[in-house]
Amino acid sequence: MTYFAGEYDVAVIGAGHAGIEAALAAARLGCRTAIFTINMDAVGNCPCNPSIGGTAKGHLVRELDALGGEMGKTADACFLQSRMLNRGKGPAVHSLRAQIDRRKYSDTMKHKLELQKNLELRQAEITDIEACDGGWLLTTQMLAQYRCKSVVVATGTYLGGRIYVGEVSYESGPDGMFPATKLALSLKALGLPLRRFKTGTPARILRRSIDFSDLEVQKGDEPPQPFSYETESLGENKVDCHISWTNDRTKQIILENIHRSPLYAGRIEGVGPRYCPSFEDKVMRFADKPRHQLFIEPCGENTEEMYMQGMSSSLPEEVQLKFYRTIKGLEHCVMMRPAYAIEYDCVDPTAMNATLEFKDYPGLYGAGQFNGSSGYEEAAAQGFVAGVNAALKVQGKEPLVLTRANSYIGTLVDDLVTKGANEPYRMMTSRSEYRLVLRQDNADERLTPIGHEIGLISEERYQKFLHKQAQKKAEIKRLKDTTIAPSEELNTLLVSRETSEITTGVRLIDLLKRPQLDYACLTPFDKDRPNLEPNLFEQVEIEIKYEGYIQKQLKQVEQMKKLENKLLPTGFDYKELKGLRLEAQEKLNRIKPLNIGQASRISGVSPADISVLLIWLATKKEK
Amino acid sequence: MKNQTIAAISTAQGEGGIGVIRISGSNAAAIADRVFQNINQRKLSDMKGYTAAFGKIIAGGEELDEAVALVFRAPHSYTGEDVVELSCHGGVFITQQVLRAVLAAGASPAEAGEFTKRAFLNGKMDLTEAEAVIDIISAKSRSAARTALFVKDGALSRRITKVKDALLSLAAHLSAWADYPEEDIAEVTDDMILNTCAAAISDLEGLLSTYDSGQAVKQGIDTVIAGRPNVGKSTLMNLLSGCEKSIVTEIPGTTRDVVEDTVVAGDVILRLSDTAGLRDTDDKVEQIGVDRAKKRLEQCGLLLAVFDNSRPLEAFDYHLLEAAQSVPSIAIINKTDLQSQLDVNKISDKINKIVYISAVTGDGRDELIQAISELAGTSELNPSEGILSNERQRANVAAALTSVKEAKAAIEMGLTYDAITVTLEDAISELLEMTGERTSDEVIDRVFHNFCVGK
Repeated sequence: MTYFAGEYDVAVIGAGHAGIEAALAAARLGCRTAIFTINMDAVGNCPCNPSIGGTAKGHLVRELDALGGEMGKTADACFLQSRMLNRGKGPAVHSLRAQIDRRKYSDTMKHKLELQKNLELRQAEITDIEACDGGWLLTTQMLAQYRCKSVVVATGTYLGGRIYVGEVSYESGPDGMFPATKLALSLKALGLPLRRFKTGTPARILRRSIDFSDLEVQKGDEPPQPFSYETESLGENKVDCHISWTNDRTKQIILENIHRSPLYAGRIEGVGPRYCPSFEDKVMRFADKPRHQLFIEPCGENTEEMYMQGMSSSLPEEVQLKFYRTIKGLEHCVMMRPAYAIEYDCVDPTAMNATLEFKDYPGLYGAGQFNGSSGYEEAAAQGFVAGVNAALKVQGKEPLVLTRANSYIGTLVDDLVTKGANEPYRMMTSRSEYRLVLRQDNADERLTPIGHEIGLISEERYQKFLHKQAQKKAEIKRLKDTTIAPSEELNTLLVSRETSEITTGVRLIDLLKRPQLDYACLTPFDKDRPNLEPNLFEQVEIEIKYEGYIQKQLKQVEQMKKLENKLLPTGFDYKELKGLRLEAQEKLNRIKPLNIGQASRISGVSPADISVLLIWLATKKEK
Repeated sequence: MKNQTIAAISTAQGEGGIGVIRISGSNAAAIADRVFQNINQRKLSDMKGYTAAFGKIIAGGEELDEAVALVFRAPHSYTGEDVVELSCHGGVFITQQVLRAVLAAGASPAEAGEFTKRAFLNGKMDLTEAEAVIDIISAKSRSAARTALFVKDGALSRRITKVKDALLSLAAHLSAWADYPEEDIAEVTDDMILNTCAAAISDLEGLLSTYDSGQAVKQGIDTVIAGRPNVGKSTLMNLLSGCEKSIVTEIPGTTRDVVEDTVVAGDVILRLSDTAGLRDTDDKVEQIGVDRAKKRLEQCGLLLAVFDNSRPLEAFDYHLLEAAQSVPSIAIINKTDLQSQLDVNKISDKINKIVYISAVTGDGRDELIQAISELAGTSELNPSEGILSNERQRANVAAALTSVKEAKAAIEMGLTYDAITVTLEDAISELLEMTGERTSDEVIDRVFHNFCVGK
């Protein structure tokens, strides 16, 4: 017998990285919110790598923090080692990555949920979801029923989860958790377009069984940089990572056993990501490559589990052990958890709007792996967008739509809902056409005003932000107004940096424009430099050096805006537009783009189809 | 989307042999039935696609002309709609009368480029093809028609694709290198980028340099023939008239285009213009004519300066040689069959291309055509390599070239690779736009602005 257990404004199914941000955002916006998890000890779990950030993912975390999300702060609190990737490759691709203590991360997030006003964290498997009185009715395995106005589905790899290790296969969530099997059936019955994706994780190896003596050490940056604009300092790096390489014998073992891989034997139907292949995939697809890299990363301060980045597999446990043991340093390794592949149900994200609300199911939102993405950071970013919009909808307010022009988060969401995902979607810097504008250093400038406007950035933080902006403006003015006279010392520096000497006074800003020079080397010649935070100097320097490029990108943003301002009618049947190719008609009818800009990004809609739409819009206007 | 039925004359308006009136739209056959009387009484509306009928055009109870009606059924027609083509006897007057009758019977006059626009909208051709059609229609010589055909077949596309692919693989390498910093990906080096950029710059510059020659092929060169009276200008005219004067391209639907002052020399169209003499005069009226001629001469694309082999240079000839300094010129020495009285060195000091002709023997014709081709840059123009044939393509290539040059400059300045990647991507998107793989408002506007009526 079911019983009525309560009523909420917003309910979140799943307490992983997406669910957490969704629930916190909704509760902080004043909605009565519930968050359900199959297992209370799996809140904010990191079932794969023990790290947050990385290329483009670091951008997502910084942006989330600038908007008032939680991931950055918690990662800072649990950091073990931090590195800014791509230093020297240019500011657009600088990305922060931190190794974190995964148990601590999980505990910290759980505690934050527990303490959050308006929020209730419950261990309960949601088994059924149905529409009810303009809202939604959720039923748990214990037959409790909750009525809610909005629901965010953030089921990760739990939904219809199935694990594969060689010939062994069983229904399961990640890390030995129960899968959400009934909910998958209920969502299917509701009519959501579900499909199967797969992902995988490598083995965890006992630290004291590894011989580190001959392995390359990878240290963190000194000083390490935090993710959050509110974290002042991280202290010191606490751990090292190590690098090893596979060899011919490793490859040999894979080749001898490839027939035992469930993927190669055809037992897995789910689509896996190209950019995060299992080790056997790498060997089969890049047969010429003699060796592959392997990163050995600690899972935490209070555990001996070591994560083998780059070596995920779905081969049988005994084969795994064999090939891990061919690797230098791992000759006598003890495997604590085997690598596995996990297959799960997720939804075709083109069924959603840029608010992450389903087009045909008002009040139903999706986020994270459920939407076809992969990665903690991608999940958290979507969780935030879905949670904020679920709350705004309940409150009858205008939705939040982030754009390709203001953020990686906007780019991620637009890619998902417009282009869809044929494989688990991972963020990359190359996915953003405006990446010189969307840098990790200026996430606050781009998004903190938005976070403040929706109410997730406190007045105090906002005032601090405004103060920083004023300082930045003043600093740029100072650089323009300050002239440095030529001197022997300065010219010695210029020559040593392989840039031309000066014979007359030069403005500081013009010296900083030179790629060979930076703030640090000009210190002796810049006597009146104010004492500002390092991030501010960084932003100023980048904006001066890359001014031409930034201006060019801003112009492109304007051009795209023109196309986005050409609105397409809703509820129009594109089959009536004969000039469109059949595929374009179908895609446009399915995705229902809001404007020409969005339509132009739909795969299967060719430039010729866009021309047809433009001409059609023009003739409509004439009439 | 229901279209109006439209009609227009789809052959060039001139004294051609046949004039075609094309009617396109769902009422095409019904409208044609109102003006066309089939000799065997059968209605065009009852006929299948790809069929023809012979009959008369009747307007206001009066017989205008005999005509053949071709019936096409959607989607198997040029526009993808129902189409009727009425071929009558041609001539500006008759063709116009027939069109007027068709319009009176319920068709709307087609706007510029509307047939091609409909064909494009109905998926009958892509953007590059559509543009190539404009060029085919306006192509005035065989060479031009050949070039246009090659664009459609993709010779230009292939050249562009080569550059695009090289830039794409570099950009992809840069992206992989940035997005997977810890993977075992080969370092991108300055040299790698500089080499790819240098190759792309050279290819794009090569393409751009074909543009002016391409224009010479397509639109013709403004040519002035100048020389003393009786020096043999008419001989030269006759010599050039030996070249084709009227052109029929191999493309169906285009027709003869006879223009008195246009001749085709080899691959080049010359738009000849007459000049008054260049002598100084006291006569005010005559002086106006002389001044106008001088101006013409200064602005022309090619000067054919004719000299008399049998007489020494006179004041007028010296004037002409001075004028020849500022424009591409060929010195033509006529009457080579007579005893030479001419100091050729004085000519070759000023004009380095000299051609000897003789009206009596007919010598020198081939040499003249060769000289013109060389000067117009078309002798090295191999249409099968694909050349730029319109302003949009030129603008895309120029913008791509600028971006690649910027990328190269950025490397030389020591800027980071992220800025370079973004710049390379700009170049790629220009090239993609050119082959129609991306689009923007302006492209469409410009394309349709350039279409002429009837195909």
